[in-house]
Amino acid sequence: MVDETSKDKLVVKDLNVRYGTKEVLRQISFAVRSNEILGIIGPANSGKTSLLRTLNRLNDNDAAFSMSGTVTLDGQDIYKKMAPHTLRRKMGIIFALPTPLPLSIYENIAYGPKLHGTRNKTALNEIIERTLRASFLWDEVKDRLDMPAMKLSGGQQQRLCIARTLAVEPEIILYDEPCSGLDPISTAKVEEAMTLLTKQFTQILVTNNTKQAARVSDRTAFFLTGELVEIDETQRIFTVPCDQRTEDYVSGRFG
Amino acid sequence: MKSVRRIWNRIVEFVIEKAIFLAGILSIVFVVLIFVFLLKEGLSLFKEYSPLAFLFGTKWYPISHPPSFGIVPLLLGSVVVTLGSIVIAVPLGVGAAIYVGEVAPVWLREILKATVEFLAAIPSIVLGFIGLVTLVPLVKQVFHLQTGLTAISGSIMLAFMAMPTIVSMMEDALRAVPSSYRYGAIALGATRWQTIWRVMLPAASSGMLAAVMLGIGRVIGETMAVMMITGNAAGIPTSLMQPVRTMTATIAAEMGEAVQGSDHYFSLFAIGIVLFIITFAINLTAAFFINRRSKA
Amino acid sequence: MKLDARLTEKVVFFLLLLATLVIVVPVFLIAGLIVKNGFAALSWEFLTQSPRLGMRAGGIFPAIVGTMYLVFGTAVFALPAGIFAAVYLCEYAKESRLTRIIDVAIVNLAGVPSVVYGLFGLGLFVVFLKFGTSILSGSLTLAIMSLPVIVTASREALNSVPQSFREVSLALGATRWQTISRVVLPNALPGIITGAILAISRAAGETAPILFTVAAFYLPRLPQTLFDQCMALPYHLYVISTQVPNLKPHIQYGTTLVLILMILIMNLTAVFIRAHFRKKKQW
Repeated sequence: MVDETSKDKLVVKDLNVRYGTKEVLRQISFAVRSNEILGIIGPANSGKTSLLRTLNRLNDNDAAFSMSGTVTLDGQDIYKKMAPHTLRRKMGIIFALPTPLPLSIYENIAYGPKLHGTRNKTALNEIIERTLRASFLWDEVKDRLDMPAMKLSGGQQQRLCIARTLAVEPEIILYDEPCSGLDPISTAKVEEAMTLLTKQFTQILVTNNTKQAARVSDRTAFFLTGELVEIDETQRIFTVPCDQRTEDYVSGRFG
Repeated sequence: MKSVRRIWNRIVEFVIEKAIFLAGILSIVFVVLIFVFLLKEGLSLFKEYSPLAFLFGTKWYPISHPPSFGIVPLLLGSVVVTLGSIVIAVPLGVGAAIYVGEVAPVWLREILKATVEFLAAIPSIVLGFIGLVTLVPLVKQVFHLQTGLTAISGSIMLAFMAMPTIVSMMEDALRAVPSSYRYGAIALGATRWQTIWRVMLPAASSGMLAAVMLGIGRVIGETMAVMMITGNAAGIPTSLMQPVRTMTATIAAEMGEAVQGSDHYFSLFAIGIVLFIITFAINLTAAFFINRRSKA
Repeated sequence: MKLDARLTEKVVFFLLLLATLVIVVPVFLIAGLIVKNGFAALSWEFLTQSPRLGMRAGGIFPAIVGTMYLVFGTAVFALPAGIFAAVYLCEYAKESRLTRIIDVAIVNLAGVPSVVYGLFGLGLFVVFLKFGTSILSGSLTLAIMSLPVIVTASREALNSVPQSFREVSLALGATRWQTISRVVLPNALPGIITGAILAISRAAGETAPILFTVAAFYLPRLPQTLFDQCMALPYHLYVISTQVPNLKPHIQYGTTLVLILMILIMNLTAVFIRAHFRKKKQW
């Protein structure tokens, strides 16, 4: 059991990504451990979002996208050995802006399970209550699950998106600056949810907010202009980083 | 149980995606098919009839003995009617587009646009009928002619029918001009008209040219109304005040009587080839101007 | 100088107004003429009976029914093809030489003269495929003619669905087709339907494409199968306004009014659908 949790869940090796002639990621190699929260920090245009989109294969339909290197999930190459929808079922993503579908709260969360064959009403009800509780939204919406999700506040929408992702029971959850549009109270709620979710999930958090990475992540990686400068225990990154550039960034000297 | 359904879903998805791809290339298939079938039937004429005599012959006597299939009168008929209508339609269309797009107050603009849209929705046959009972007698009276079934009636009617295309496309072209141009000119103290004349029109010229091209395409291809009001005499036209016969009208009017597989039948398809090539060229040119606009 | 410019502007704007009126006023006159003379002809008998006495009396029932069949047939063939083609272009195809050729093909299909569609339908469906002069041939011909308009309208509707909807669905493990069928199409449907109705209402008024492919001069009984000929309002109007001498004009106006009303009802339905869903739209 102990062995199981310390195993590397996701391994990125020699990853290069280009959009057209523009190189956005260069020679990236790192591993994500099971049930950890890996924070990814770095200034704008450092390739953080491109990395997440590559991990989730959301670039597949972009004609300009090209890549080399490998990404493996539990030892399986995600580009060569997996259909994109199988991969994405195992690896959920929360986008920067809350993105509810134009459906009710209930149908938003039920969307994933229904896709994957759950049609039983009681099972769906159970999933919806469980995921909404996990994202700290249940008490606010339990009496109005039929309301259009677009009518929720921004913070509520983002927590709904987390619940929706939880409902397909992924193994990894990617967050792309999930709190960039949220107020501090909503942010705190999202962070609290993330911390509790470590029991079941491996999480990767891309954030512009270095303090957020310091608060919630176990380990932190620092990206700069397409390169991975340094990855280490969060505490070390924020106190005794190896690289001068990391120190300059986390201490607020640029970015 | 679940995996059976998953495999079934796979198959369904595979079939649907193939169908979607087929639908995607359907437009190409049809353009090619149209051309192939026109060629297949049309070229049969030239087994016995010289292509030169077809293209340069000045007599269209399809059912005399021996028949004569010279399309010059029909080609000229189409050209005369089209030119006449463009001369009428372009100034009016440009004027109306500027008025609707730039000058009219909002409430009036909506009414005008709805009216132009309604005009676009009126079928050609209805305008032909209305032209027959109103325009034709009017032309006869105004110009003191023996008959009102003349090229000029056709030109007027076609100008009218080309209006929705010309006005709405020109208005689009004007709207596509970045508003910074307009504000720049106004900030320099130009009046609204000076702004339109010196800044907006030059900037929109590509799109407006495309509008005229598509208008011409519409007019050349127009069939029913033209057939009903231009008199259908297949002589070489010398003025706008005499009956003419266009290529489209010839096909529509004679196909009913042509015996399938006869030279007459084939000759109508041969006219179709000519029409197809002309409109193809016009549309490509228009597309070129539109692309130039979107790149600029 | 300044005054001059203002005066010029006034004069020019007046001329522009004049040009607009020259176009718009006849439209109102035509509408008025049709409504005034057409309503006089409308009666229960006119709408429900066959023409009699060489079209000089009786009604236009077979032509109304025929046009409805053709509209229905056109929709059945053109809608799936047009929507799927748009789905291919918006959702599947990456920009390539193939998509550029498809674009050119669509532009050109839209510009092919209606009478050439008639020739094509005659050559392919009536003669080559031996469907004969029939509802099937006519519907197929009209469907191909409507295709570019439906594709263009559907593309616009699909492109207006936010990209984030697609990504959310994909991110939840949906396949491409699941995403299209469960998220993209439902949200694009009002726009697609609006465009499609407008395209098919145009087809309903077309004469040249049905001239050699389906239209019957006079057919008092209703068509029984897809392979039967039928009468149609636009062709009937052509016949009674050019081929039948000594006809009382109210029959022509009545036919015109019925045809215009059918087209107008379709158009208004489209406008209503658009307005209704725009109000409901949350994005």
